[in-house]
Amino acid sequence: MASDVKPRVKVPKSASAGETITIKTLISHAMESGQRKDSDGNPIPRSIINHFTCTFNGETVIDVVMEPAISTNPYFEFDAVVPESGTFEFTWQDDDGSTYTDTKEITVG
Amino acid sequence: GNWARLAAQQRLTQDRLLQFDTFGNVSLIHVTDIHAQLKPIYFREPSVNLGVGANKGVVPHVTGADFRKLYGIEDGSPSHYALSSGDFAALAAGYGKVGGMDRVATVINAIRADRPDALLLDGGDTWHGSYTCLKTAGQDMVNVMNGLQPDAMTFHWEFTLGSERVQEIVEGLPFAALGQNIFDAEWDEPAELFPPYQMFERGGTKIAVIGQAFPYMPIANPGWMFPEYSFGIRDEHMAEMVEEVRAEGAEVVVVLSHNGFDVDKKMASVVPGIDVILSGHTHDALPEPVVVGETIVVASGSHGKFVSRVDLDVRDGRMMGYRHKLIPIFSDVIAPDPEMTALIDAQRAPYEAEMAEVIGQCDTTLYRRGNFNGTWDDLICDALLSERDAQIALSPGVRWGASMIPGQEITREDIFNVTSMTYPNAYRTEMTGEFLKVVMEDVADNIFNPDPYYQQGGDMVRVGGMGYQIDINKPAGERISNMTLLSTGEAIDPAGSYTVAGWASVNEGTEGPPIWEVVEAHIAKLGTVTAGDHDNVKVVVD
Amino acid sequence: GAGAALAAVLPMPAMADAVADAIAAFTGGVTPSEGGVTVDAPEIAENGNTVPIGVEAEGAESIMLLATGNPTPAVATFTFGPLAARQAGATRIRLAKTQDVIAVAKMPDGSFKQASATVKVTIGGCGG
Ligand SMILES: [Mn+2]
Ligand SMILES: [Mn+2]
Repeated sequence: MASDVKPRVKVPKSASAGETITIKTLISHAMESGQRKDSDGNPIPRSIINHFTCTFNGETVIDVVMEPAISTNPYFEFDAVVPESGTFEFTWQDDDGSTYTDTKEITVG
Repeated sequence: GNWARLAAQQRLTQDRLLQFDTFGNVSLIHVTDIHAQLKPIYFREPSVNLGVGANKGVVPHVTGADFRKLYGIEDGSPSHYALSSGDFAALAAGYGKVGGMDRVATVINAIRADRPDALLLDGGDTWHGSYTCLKTAGQDMVNVMNGLQPDAMTFHWEFTLGSERVQEIVEGLPFAALGQNIFDAEWDEPAELFPPYQMFERGGTKIAVIGQAFPYMPIANPGWMFPEYSFGIRDEHMAEMVEEVRAEGAEVVVVLSHNGFDVDKKMASVVPGIDVILSGHTHDALPEPVVVGETIVVASGSHGKFVSRVDLDVRDGRMMGYRHKLIPIFSDVIAPDPEMTALIDAQRAPYEAEMAEVIGQCDTTLYRRGNFNGTWDDLICDALLSERDAQIALSPGVRWGASMIPGQEITREDIFNVTSMTYPNAYRTEMTGEFLKVVMEDVADNIFNPDPYYQQGGDMVRVGGMGYQIDINKPAGERISNMTLLSTGEAIDPAGSYTVAGWASVNEGTEGPPIWEVVEAHIAKLGTVTAGDHDNVKVVVD
Repeated sequence: GAGAALAAVLPMPAMADAVADAIAAFTGGVTPSEGGVTVDAPEIAENGNTVPIGVEAEGAESIMLLATGNPTPAVATFTFGPLAARQAGATRIRLAKTQDVIAVAKMPDGSFKQASATVKVTIGGCGG
């Protein structure tokens, strides 16, 4: 399992019903492409995060299939509609089978 | 001789240089690209400054006699010497040195005597370019500029001090450090340390000054020195900022820019609502603003050689008119401000002895500015070839660096004036002919791409030991041909390997002695430097 | 970087196959039309290892992003759920050299739209 993988997410704490908000996510990860070689000339095996999803109260906002061309420390920015108070859940799936998650509450009022 | 000097100076007086009929209700004072030149220097304007696309043949891409004809400047006149190339050594002997921040202080004080609340705006490239600036990590320039009391500043080479040092200085600045295009690289949000704009109320008028830092900082300079920041032109964000300041009641919108002149012209054409762009970075000096739509674009030269004064008539929330003067700083004509002289000398005192050491002499003009090799660059390339035992030398096409005239002693300070930087290592490496072509094509496209937004505002990489032909109007990848190794006269073989020495690599961990040591050793061996007419570049413009 | 929606410039022949194959796999052989999708990319990358790219296609089900000059062109595929406020996303990608990035959008009616933008990846150095 990759070490020091840390997700960070920026979501406003509150919104009005039906409002559009901008969400930004970052996760620390080397995103080893599989195309580099080590100092002995041996290929360094691919090890990336291959899938990212964001849901709100269980409904999908965005789903991204990721390839090795995504940069180190993958970043995503997108807009979501917030119909009611609830929870955003973010998941990142690693090539090594690990899943990393983060959640953010938002209050509609 | 002396008679020529006297005759020349009799035609110039401080009063004449400062003469200005105060106009309207707002005054702007613009200085930019001082490159840490505290003392008077010589500075030769370029004889080659080629424009491409829509900018072909229009200012600032007009030089020498063509420039004088365009503006009605008499041959041999003070304006000829200050603004154009041709007869440089003779005119320099007559008119003397230019610049000096104590002279600049006198000019600023005189403008403030006319208009006490004039805004003083510094376009950046201020904390870079001299021995003392390098040794004090910019502190000498910070101290001197603080003495001038600017109202705002924007940035380029300052970031090569490293982001920690920049933060330390900026947090202590008694004026606004602006950059609407300086973003936090991680979250892509405006960097808190650099506000996009500052509102001023002067003469009953609300003035917005929006900062625009050099857009291509992490490309033209080592991005690893300031990884926290992202730049770019961000003209859509600029348009948002213009709307925002107008909504806050700005009656006149001034952009303090380090875009470079052609980029500023394009930005003026795509971003509505800017009244004045004070342009920097490309070091152009123009005797009148260029008007793009309803925006005036002002170019104020470099190295402390000029101060621009722009008076505006702002009424009913609009710029109704302007009056402009590009004031050349003739050091022998404008009296130094004694307080500023003392402040400058105090910055220099700890380093004076080592700076003053004479390394050699020059008996021809040494200059850099121009699209292709100047004589200073030829000398630096020669130094790299011989001191680093290389077949080919590469020297960056930076636009800064003071000139020298025949008969001057070359001091260590003079060498630092053309080499000083925080990534000075003179590398020595093997490159294939194919890679050399890629490098040349890459740099050529950064200068001669017909879209100004792709231009980075430098000049062509200087080359020693190799000749080539450049067809500036060809597309990217096809401009460079006839690459020839001068030592053998043979064509560069794409598959061949060549020993290349150079400096100012943007790559982290570059090894080699600092370039000033290489140049100093070479000049010391030469004793007297006679710059030859290197003609290794054939330029095709049509 | 202004949003660019330039006509696709075909890359090298060998790579064109890989790009064409990736597009065909995504569209099921349907030829995309130009327009209706935007690629927001910088004119010049500050760092080829991390180039900000935004894609948007109003009403799209999903958008595939390709880098035509990379050793393998695939970059990412964004699929939008009911709570996406816009069919848009931004990320940071690796570009090995100057090249076109292509966005292909899948529309609910089974049609596809395509646009591209050129990003210059430069060696750097020099300056005023
Ligand atoms: Mn400069
Ligand atoms: Mn600059």
